[in-house]
Amino acid sequence: MLLNQFLILGAALFAVGVYGVLARRNGVMVLMSIELMLNAVNINLVVFGVQHGVVSGQVFALFVIAVAAAEVGVGLAIVLLLYRNRTSIDVEDFDLMRG
Amino acid sequence: MVAQNIFFGILSAIVILSALRMVTTRNIVHAALYLVAVLAGLGALYVLLTAEFVATTQVLVYIGAVMVLFLFGIMLTKAPLGNAMEMTGKQWPIAAGVAALLGGVIVYSLVNHFGSDRLVTDGPIYRTADVSDEVFSTYIVPFEAVSVLLLAALIGAIVLARKD
Repeated sequence: MLLNQFLILGAALFAVGVYGVLARRNGVMVLMSIELMLNAVNINLVVFGVQHGVVSGQVFALFVIAVAAAEVGVGLAIVLLLYRNRTSIDVEDFDLMRG
Repeated sequence: MVAQNIFFGILSAIVILSALRMVTTRNIVHAALYLVAVLAGLGALYVLLTAEFVATTQVLVYIGAVMVLFLFGIMLTKAPLGNAMEMTGKQWPIAAGVAALLGGVIVYSLVNHFGSDRLVTDGPIYRTADVSDEVFSTYIVPFEAVSVLLLAALIGAIVLARKD
């Protein structure tokens, strides 16, 4: 197995996540796309841990998973609050700070 | 070796195709289910990389907890099922261009730098006990910091989402 096949999978997943964040209008969909990007990072961490024969890669991946769980909790609370205040989760409706 | 390559091909095809469907489907519940497929495929890839505890955590935390949170979010925000809401904005060609450019640059630099380096497959295999030894010795301070972060996120989410 080549090292690059895992890294390129991670890169492709990250690019798909970037597309999702930029193109989707639903707030929950944007959060899901962020999860894709975090998972792309995780696979890089694990594969480099294997490549260098250290356990730190797995530990860092676990930390990323924990932080992602916290991020989803707060992110969904914010989306819920937006829905309650504006009755919409279309991110294009939230342009109060537009110059 | 060959078997691992075959499984890598199957799993990465599942992951990439589900990810592409996730960001293009018009139904948000379908998108959540495609995200489950992506996460499960990645969990299987962690098993392929001998990271058993990361794979278990992926299933427990992501597929178990995070997906339930997402489904709660979808239901509570009454996301229109079907095509009622335009899910993709008008700027999608620009977004696709940016994503393709970013992916292209990353892949080019990876191929340029790592070329055909082989993955080290005869290295040490770290089991769950080794991972926990490392977490509770070298990374004990970050571990406690993550505990506090989770508590802060929990309290923050409750404060944000409660009614009064």
